[in-house]
Amino acid sequence: MKKFDKNKLILGLAAPVLAIVAALVITSIIIAATGQDPLHAYEVMVDFGSKADSQVWIINKATPYYLSALAVAIGFRMNLFNIGVDGQYRIAAFFAAVVGGALTLPGIVQVPVIIIVAMIVGAIWAGIAGLLKVTRGVNEVISTIMLNAIGASVIGYFLQDGRLAEKEGNLIHTPYLPDSAHFFEIPTTPKPIYGFVVIAALAGVAYWFVLNRTRFGFDLRTVGRSESAAQASGVSVKRMVITAMVLSGAMAGLVGMPTLLGVSYNYGTDFPVGIGFTGIAIALLGRNNPFGMALAALLWGFLERTGTQLEFEGYAQEIVGVIQGVIVLCVVIAYEIVRRYGLKVQQRKVGEELAAQARKSDKAEVSA
Amino acid sequence: MKGPLVRRVSTIAVAGISTAALAFTLTACGESSTESGDAKGKGVGLAFDVGGRDDHSFNESAARGVDKAEKELGVKSKMMTAKNGETEADREQRLSSLAEAGYNPVIGVGFNYSKSIEKVAKEFPKTSFAVVDSVAPGKNIDSITFGEHEGSYLAGVAAALKSKSHKVGFIGGVNNALIQKFQAGFEQGAKDTDSKIEVTSQYLYPNNDKGFNDPAAAKEKAKGMLDSGVDVIYTAAGLSGNGSIEAISGQKGAWAIGVDSDQYQQPGLDKYKSSILTSVVKNVDVAVFDLIKSVQDGKPLTGPHAYLLKDGGVSLATSGGAIDDIKDKIADAKKKIADGQVKVRTTP
Repeated sequence: MKKFDKNKLILGLAAPVLAIVAALVITSIIIAATGQDPLHAYEVMVDFGSKADSQVWIINKATPYYLSALAVAIGFRMNLFNIGVDGQYRIAAFFAAVVGGALTLPGIVQVPVIIIVAMIVGAIWAGIAGLLKVTRGVNEVISTIMLNAIGASVIGYFLQDGRLAEKEGNLIHTPYLPDSAHFFEIPTTPKPIYGFVVIAALAGVAYWFVLNRTRFGFDLRTVGRSESAAQASGVSVKRMVITAMVLSGAMAGLVGMPTLLGVSYNYGTDFPVGIGFTGIAIALLGRNNPFGMALAALLWGFLERTGTQLEFEGYAQEIVGVIQGVIVLCVVIAYEIVRRYGLKVQQRKVGEELAAQARKSDKAEVSA
Repeated sequence: MKGPLVRRVSTIAVAGISTAALAFTLTACGESSTESGDAKGKGVGLAFDVGGRDDHSFNESAARGVDKAEKELGVKSKMMTAKNGETEADREQRLSSLAEAGYNPVIGVGFNYSKSIEKVAKEFPKTSFAVVDSVAPGKNIDSITFGEHEGSYLAGVAAALKSKSHKVGFIGGVNNALIQKFQAGFEQGAKDTDSKIEVTSQYLYPNNDKGFNDPAAAKEKAKGMLDSGVDVIYTAAGLSGNGSIEAISGQKGAWAIGVDSDQYQQPGLDKYKSSILTSVVKNVDVAVFDLIKSVQDGKPLTGPHAYLLKDGGVSLATSGGAIDDIKDKIADAKKKIADGQVKVRTTP
């Protein structure tokens, strides 16, 4: 039994290693095809990406990616494709910024209030899609992507001078949060790490615990595997769909917080967009595993950090985008290959055991 | 049979991971990427706004300034492009990698760079920075802004003189502070020239950068204006302007006024150029060249610099000759602004 577990672990490792090797090979070919030296590119990336300030940058960049991946993964675990994390975190961050900018409370109250508002708004926005799915059978892919567009319009309407925003030069943004709402920083050199990384880590632990160690998590995964089986064993699928979407949306609400509470202190026309879609790629890459997604988020940050440096060294800026795409594809394919290989190994093993048993019983019959 | 393969895979995996981890910790010991860069003058570092060098308007104009400096001053340059959906961290990194590699000056094109320039300029006090279309505080920052309202005033003058129906129109891409300057100047110029004139001003989008990239919407807006009797339309909407120029070219006797670049000269608009009256040109290249030259001379420009009509920062294009017959009146208006006789408003 123990040996079998070890094999399982190795198989689990084989897939990402295979994916990364394949991605490296493919990327090298692409870089070489553009007439550049791929080895030098990797050298630049490793060298630049491992510098102290790069590491801080990567961790800060990976924090929202990780939260976004967690939000997507909650849906994935029960076969829900929440494509609307992008809209959810933006509308959540916007209203959290509005509320935070209007209040001046002590930090110990102010910061949680902002975070909770964001989680509630995110949960409501995702909950709409959940509700539509269970009451009207609307596919969540369609409804969440539509809600992204609606969310962007709602923000566009309110984000105007004289409505909920103010003008600063040519930028338009919500009023600044008071100093009390600034999240703590971890004083690393040369630049600090945003304290929200702690919340992200806690969120990862909570994700792992709830999904793997609670009745609720079991129900959720059961629904993901087979709705009818779950229904038969007494799980209310409808309730699970809504709950999962609400949880996913609440997690999405956290995505904008590192930026809002640690960098911009307002929601403006320059607030980052698209993190929700990055989260999908990272959840795929990390296989919905809390630790795997953390690594994937860091890898993403690493690629983005070093991509600018590559452009600097005369490589095409798009190379990093290509690498990211290739990695995701390779991961999906590699896992499928390894899964099939594992299945074959298992079948052969079971076959051998059965054959051995059959031989044994044959002998027993003969001797009898 | 599977044993050796699996074992080999696991050995490779362990070896790979441990080497990577080792390399990471060894090289990372406290060294920051800013410390290892050399700080010799390498030339000009230019960070573009989204769209990149070949946007036929704003970025391209900045690039022209660098090209000119390369030719005339013999400096080298490095130009980098923004991606869609960037964060502050990306912009800061782009600027600081240019600065730490020794490029001087470092120029951010577009008001999106205002905050990041302010931050990065503090970290590299010996490097000169510049930001276009925004004012950023800092001892080593040249804040380049333009007198869009003054150039637009002249466009208003030209429109009023050329309109037969006494109705002229303004189409803005996005209703933001920058584009309102164009509107204010145009309206004032038209009204100062012809007291009976009727100016219609409309925007494509209240608050969405798509307004600079939606020619179809501009075409519809322009058609609507033409139908209501407007016969000169000034469009300040980046790429969207092409749609409005197309609509105007379909109506005989109607004129289009272009923006940012001399649109009469643009190959992409060749078909419609007989309808292009003039363009309000924003000479980002002049400002960029000035800064590069000042750095070369050892006296870098700092602080806010408004490139107004009198400095040639903005101008009215004359190619095509459609405004040759009224050029005296335009020169007259230009002189009044330069002398300060006429103050052009920046908000409508």
